[in-house]
Amino acid sequence: MWRDTLAVAGKDLRIEVRSRVLLNQVVPFALLVLVLFAFALGPQRAPMAQAAAGLFWVALLFAAVLGVQHSSALESGEGTRDGLRMSGLDPAGIFLGKTAALCVQLVVLEVLLALGVVLLYGVHVRSAGLLVTACVAGTAGLAAVGTLYGMLASGLRVRETLLPFLLLPVVAPVLLAGTRAWQAALGTGAGGGADPWVELLVVFASVYLALGVVIYGPLLEAS
Amino acid sequence: MCRAVHLRDAVALAGRFPALAGATLAVERGEVVVLVGPNGAGKTSLLRACAGLLAVTRGEAIVLGCDLRSDRSSVRRQVGMLGHVAALYDDLTVAENVRFAVRAARASQGSVGPALERLGLVGRLARTQAGRLSAGQRRRVALAILAARRPALWLLDEPHAGLDAGARSILAEMVKEAAAEGASVLIASHELAVSAVLADRVAQMAGGRVVGELGASRATTIATEPTAAPGVERGTGHEAARDDALETLSSRAPAPDGAHVA
Repeated sequence: MWRDTLAVAGKDLRIEVRSRVLLNQVVPFALLVLVLFAFALGPQRAPMAQAAAGLFWVALLFAAVLGVQHSSALESGEGTRDGLRMSGLDPAGIFLGKTAALCVQLVVLEVLLALGVVLLYGVHVRSAGLLVTACVAGTAGLAAVGTLYGMLASGLRVRETLLPFLLLPVVAPVLLAGTRAWQAALGTGAGGGADPWVELLVVFASVYLALGVVIYGPLLEAS
Repeated sequence: MCRAVHLRDAVALAGRFPALAGATLAVERGEVVVLVGPNGAGKTSLLRACAGLLAVTRGEAIVLGCDLRSDRSSVRRQVGMLGHVAALYDDLTVAENVRFAVRAARASQGSVGPALERLGLVGRLARTQAGRLSAGQRRRVALAILAARRPALWLLDEPHAGLDAGARSILAEMVKEAAAEGASVLIASHELAVSAVLADRVAQMAGGRVVGELGASRATTIATEPTAAPGVERGTGHEAARDDALETLSSRAPAPDGAHVA
């Protein structure tokens, strides 16, 4: 399974390097969302800093939907789905490989988004460790659930419009927990510990990683 | 050693409609069998069922010792399929596509180079992204994947479509070599003249069933000189005469074990 995971992750990342969808489309879109939010909130720094954590995660979720669509579209080409089924790859390995590749892309996106938040919204990081921990757990959960729902929607004609509709409600816990954890890390929250929110992110990621390993094969067959 | 393919009264559905309606076919190890028949006869469906891509809901379906009704995934690593469309990743180069397919199938990476060389996919072409290739070149890449993987069962759906004379010749060599090494080859084709010369047997399909079989020599005769076959009127077109002859002879051919003969 791990061998297949590496093969699929390597393939998806190589395709991303060639197509540059992340750098040319997803990152500009995410940064544009941040800029538009900044316009909407006005020139004063205080409300922007207050909203920075939530805006980071909202921008990340919107951009992640594009990343998920691109990732699932790789296997939706004519004959490609049959090729994947016939490849002999372990479905769990395919799921983990695609999730890992999506994770790497989301991490790149998060680094650039975090820089954007710091520069545009003028926030100060109080706990970089908490920030990174929340990002790692949130990214794993987003990538796992995105890969799963991307496969679920990929067999449908209306997948482009249906995927955000399916995905965004499911990742609401990531938005909530990620925002709370970041508020604690940036010192902009109402107080209270960040631990329960980080734990929620870890549980979310664990549940969807486990679920994906188990049901990705049947989904691949059924789609 | 078990047969490569053993289908007996196999029924498979494509949506609500029966793609296979009681198909019976046996393919031995090292045997090359060509499936012929009109559009919608069930040739592609039979190949897809053997590949585990189409679920067999009734009857017996055993491929390379694996029961397709209970375990479709096990057989896939041993089966290579060339479909209507070459399943390639457009952003990967020719060599990367072949390497990925070989790695997925757990075949030796050492076979990639010779396979690419054999199909003429060397130098600049090997470094070209698959999305920039012509349809014929994409089929060459798909053939290179088969050559590198060396599956135990080759399923070729209209393999000659889009191939130039050179590639057709290479395909013929590959099929003969595979059979000589003990692999079985199942070919669905409308081009009987070029397929029959590769075949040990020709099976005719209609309505999702195998309705008769012919020896390769008789099939080759029909393919090349259809009006010489008994029961066929002279003066008809070559294609029509070939179809008439095939139908006439297959209805007289002895049925394979358990086969339905129309």
